[in-house]
Amino acid sequence: MDEAGQIKKFMYVNRKAPYGTIYALESLEVVLIAAAFDQDVSLVFMDDGVYQLKKGHQTKGIEVKNFQPTYRALDDYDVNKLYVEQEALAARGLTEDDMCVPVQVMPRAEIGRLMAEQDVVLSF
Amino acid sequence: MLHIVNKSPLEKTSLDSCLATAQPGAAVLLIEDGVYAATRGNAAEAKMRDAMGQLKVYVLKPDMEARGMADRVMDGVTLVDYGGFVDLVTEHPNCQSWM
Repeated sequence: MDEAGQIKKFMYVNRKAPYGTIYALESLEVVLIAAAFDQDVSLVFMDDGVYQLKKGHQTKGIEVKNFQPTYRALDDYDVNKLYVEQEALAARGLTEDDMCVPVQVMPRAEIGRLMAEQDVVLSF
Repeated sequence: MLHIVNKSPLEKTSLDSCLATAQPGAAVLLIEDGVYAATRGNAAEAKMRDAMGQLKVYVLKPDMEARGMADRVMDGVTLVDYGGFVDLVTEHPNCQSWM
């Protein structure tokens, strides 16, 4: 990815609820592709994006692929920095226990600081 | 009249526009990301409670299940399936989609 072989910091910012739009699934696809390049990857879930990780998706009724199990595969690709916005969980009646994978819950301000440190930020 | 909302209450103003416009006795059907408005603990819960004093609220169950939120549906709303969606459309003389 980088001719000098340097590792860059990539952050994927997920702000959309799953299924209502294609953003959540597209983000996941890009993360999995990019994981092959051995970069420093982190995923942020903020605003309605926290709904992507809400346990218990059952998509049979809407006849759409349930991509929630894929989040559990991220660790196999060494993608294990998942940050979830504390304020977003609170505004939606959710807690860390509602998340389908291990995450680090942090205040929005902290996410902002991490975001500012990145080499590349990809927005979904 | 039937009002249909398909956007998350925390991302778009569709729900607010709907609730501010709907007349007493009207029906509101929440579908797609709109279903989050009818979940306990959502920031929109209080305004939904207020609205339910005058409006009948329906939620499309398959959309609630897809999002893993079926276990926290607010009391007082009626879950419907796709057949129920069709019934609502045919039972009301007109409908507005707050997209």
